[in-house]
Amino acid sequence: MRLRHLLVLLPLLAIGRAAADPDNYVSIERGKTLATAGDCIACHTASGGQPFAGGLALQTPFGAIMTPNITPDNLTGIGRWSKDDFARAMHEGRRPGGSYLYPAFPYPYYAKVSRSDLDAIYAYLQTLPPVENRVNRNMLPFPFNIRLSMAGWNGLFFTPGEFKPDPKRSDEFNRGAYLVEGLGHCGACHTPFNSFGASQNGKYLQGNQIDNWTAPNITNDMQAGLGKWTVADIVQYLKTGQTRFSLASGPMKDVIENSTSKMADADLKAIAVYLKERGAAGPPAPSPLASSDARMQMGEAVFVDTCSACHMRSGDGVEHLFPKLAGNVVATQDDPASLIRIIIAGGRAASTDTTPTAPSMPSLGWRLGDEQIAAVVTYVRNSWGNAASPVSAETVKAERARVTGAGD
Amino acid sequence: MVRRLPRKDVVIVGLGWTGSILAYELSHTGLDVVAIERGPWRDTATDFNIGTAADELRYAVRQDIFLRPKQETLTMRNNPSQTALPIRKWGSFLPGNGVGGAGVHWNGQTWRFLPDDFRIRSHYTERYGEAFLPEGNHIQDWPVSFEELEPYYDKFERVAGISGKAGNIKGQIQSGGNPFEGARERDYPTPPMKQGYQQELFTQAATKMGLHPFPRPSANLSAAYTNPYGCSMAPCTFCGFCEWFGCANYSKSSPQTCVLPALIREPTFEARTECEVTKVNLTVDGKMATGVTYVDANGEEWEQPADLVLVCAYALFNVRLLLLSGIGKPYDPVKDEGVVGRNYAYQTGSGSQAFFENVQFNPFAAAGSTGAALDDYNSDNFDHGPHGFVGGASITCAHTNGRPILFHPTPAGTPAWGSAWKKAVHDNYQRVANIGAQGSVMSYRNNYLDLDPTYKDALGRPLMRMTFDYQPNEQKMANWMAARCDEIAKAMGAKTTQVNPLRVPWNVVPYQSTHNTGGAVMGSDPKTSVLNRYLQSWDVPNVFVMGASAFPQNAGYNPTGTVGALTYLGLDGIFNYLKSSGPLVQP
Repeated sequence: MRLRHLLVLLPLLAIGRAAADPDNYVSIERGKTLATAGDCIACHTASGGQPFAGGLALQTPFGAIMTPNITPDNLTGIGRWSKDDFARAMHEGRRPGGSYLYPAFPYPYYAKVSRSDLDAIYAYLQTLPPVENRVNRNMLPFPFNIRLSMAGWNGLFFTPGEFKPDPKRSDEFNRGAYLVEGLGHCGACHTPFNSFGASQNGKYLQGNQIDNWTAPNITNDMQAGLGKWTVADIVQYLKTGQTRFSLASGPMKDVIENSTSKMADADLKAIAVYLKERGAAGPPAPSPLASSDARMQMGEAVFVDTCSACHMRSGDGVEHLFPKLAGNVVATQDDPASLIRIIIAGGRAASTDTTPTAPSMPSLGWRLGDEQIAAVVTYVRNSWGNAASPVSAETVKAERARVTGAGD
Repeated sequence: MVRRLPRKDVVIVGLGWTGSILAYELSHTGLDVVAIERGPWRDTATDFNIGTAADELRYAVRQDIFLRPKQETLTMRNNPSQTALPIRKWGSFLPGNGVGGAGVHWNGQTWRFLPDDFRIRSHYTERYGEAFLPEGNHIQDWPVSFEELEPYYDKFERVAGISGKAGNIKGQIQSGGNPFEGARERDYPTPPMKQGYQQELFTQAATKMGLHPFPRPSANLSAAYTNPYGCSMAPCTFCGFCEWFGCANYSKSSPQTCVLPALIREPTFEARTECEVTKVNLTVDGKMATGVTYVDANGEEWEQPADLVLVCAYALFNVRLLLLSGIGKPYDPVKDEGVVGRNYAYQTGSGSQAFFENVQFNPFAAAGSTGAALDDYNSDNFDHGPHGFVGGASITCAHTNGRPILFHPTPAGTPAWGSAWKKAVHDNYQRVANIGAQGSVMSYRNNYLDLDPTYKDALGRPLMRMTFDYQPNEQKMANWMAARCDEIAKAMGAKTTQVNPLRVPWNVVPYQSTHNTGGAVMGSDPKTSVLNRYLQSWDVPNVFVMGASAFPQNAGYNPTGTVGALTYLGLDGIFNYLKSSGPLVQP
């Protein structure tokens, strides 16, 4: 029997070109770990495309931006970049020729990453198999296609400079801060944008909407944030995509599968400590709607008929499979986008080594009308101790049109 | 032209229960494993949406997820004097199609066979004398005992999360369980399913009669469960869409819920769906397999070399693949020689339908494996001396569904349509209980499988021919069981009952059971078996054959629990084979 000696073979394959320099091995492995923490693969891989070869269309309010090929292909990738070129792109948002990158590439976060970490990521990327994949990098309409305009944007919204640890905080907190504020670029999704597409630093990590998904408040806020989560809950969530409160879906599913489930437990704990200790912020908690409210009564009827078999009448769900809705922060965000979207279009949870079953929520948009969805979302947001603003049929209608592409 | 692919460590034919378990266990050790599956990929999230899965017309009537006769069919006859004709619409049994196999659409009744079942010939001979055995029988002992299989039963029950109540833990009889079962090391992983009102009546009546009813073991789970592979399941909602359906609720144990989520994460595993294996290839001397040949969805032919070939298709199709590949000597009933195709068996179905007054059974609130059962008349749990037959049946009071198109029981004499029929459906929908006996079928010289001399499939290969009928022993047994069912039905307080005797001769039209067994049986003697006790081919030691094709004769139970146990036994054999190639048992 010809056994595959995987443990021996795989690292050799992974090293590829840089294997010629054995001294580089540690740096490359560190770079791979860092690239995983940064989840580079998520944006730099097209659906069905080669890893890191780019070509994914990032939808921004200004138009679609195609992500570049970051494999070391000389013509279409970054094969000719030096490590200084790479560091400049990450720290300053500039290409080797000096032209400007768009901040859809979150260099305002990567600016905080240390130069030695960037060099390690560079070393790792240079070991990838080069893939020839030419990407049209200029799809934005006028005037956004003028990259020089980013010079002005940088002047307004970009603060260069590497991460500075806070000496008054623990090493663990500072490690978490370095990961969240830097490579992890959590704020790129979880912090609201201003109208120029820049993160509003005054509302850091207080929640945002991305592609009709709610990126929840991940401050320590009791109402909508991680206030009820322990450090262990956050670690478990990042490791497995699920906790007793929640089951990740949408873009966070990809973050967990590609990135956080593969990170070291110590780094996950550092992230959790940082998120728990850095403070709470969010709108004040509203009072729940009365159960006698007509919207609640209609919502309850829909819930009992359509939702309760899995999520249970008590809103407790089933561990590992059907998220608990009571106390679920997705339900209590001010923005109801995720709840509406999941009901209309369905969703799927993350699959990880420890939790391989990736259960799905079926799409129910075909059989529930806007008013029914508005009612059931309102009911879920205001039952079992949850409290959040009611949702109108108009809101559902508008989101349905965005999610399904259905016109009026 | 056949193109040769790069070699793999293991090729698996068919990705159902047995194939997926072996694929996971072997790829998990780092072996390169490819599974080749004739049907499509199927997954709970994408194929069994809770909003559309409960479609009786699509799945139960139009049989959406079953094998189509144009993919493969059989010819059938009742005895060797007849000319067999092709089955043009599957009826008596419904083989699955696609990833998960019949494990997708089963009801989920997950039994262990009884200790006596495994040494049936020795046992009957010792107790009643050899002359008691029926004429023309091929009844033979299994090459393993219940005690040897117990840890493997346990493994499968843990993976599937089975809900049940133990009747015998380490020799201690447990009240509420099946007192006849073989001693188990520990209880089921999840508690028994909740039962309905008719099960309550059955339990009370049977107990009063001195019988021993218990909730039957179920792969529709009573509680949330995470199995040793990390796969999670949810409690059953009693929606009543189990048999013929994929479960949308992650509640029915299947390869989809219990194995595939872990399997597809294995980096050395690959599945090729909509690819049909046409042959296991052998070395020139026929002593070793070199891999398989298969045809993909575009009709292209490929050779997949592999060191180990695991035949994991449905029982009947395992036998055909062995016959087409020339592995093992084909069975010849005239000379009573050869082994492949020998000892094909099936099951009997008989019972009593009971019509009640002033009850409300709510048959729509059901699951495929809810039900109360008793084993007082199974195997040799009762004295067969006065009855003159061999074998027995599990007797069950169950309703698996109350679905609107196909569930409308009416008393005999009701017109088949019109207002009288409607009134009878209205009056009886809530008031019918079925007491059924699922009986064993022994193996006989003239019940067997071989290649049809006339009919061929689309690829020009001969179809397999099934020669089968219920023998006098089975008729006597099943009809005696129907009378026992009727006694219980009457004791439950039924106003009227209708005895359902065994229908003879066997025919392929009405659905009866997909518990086809034998044809590639395991045994201790290569003259009367295809496989040794590890399900390894006696003739080609790098071929293992899983599934109910290995049963030497059939028992009075659903087969899947035993198929699962044999898979884990076979896995141990495969691990031993990997350490020291060659036959694991010397003939």
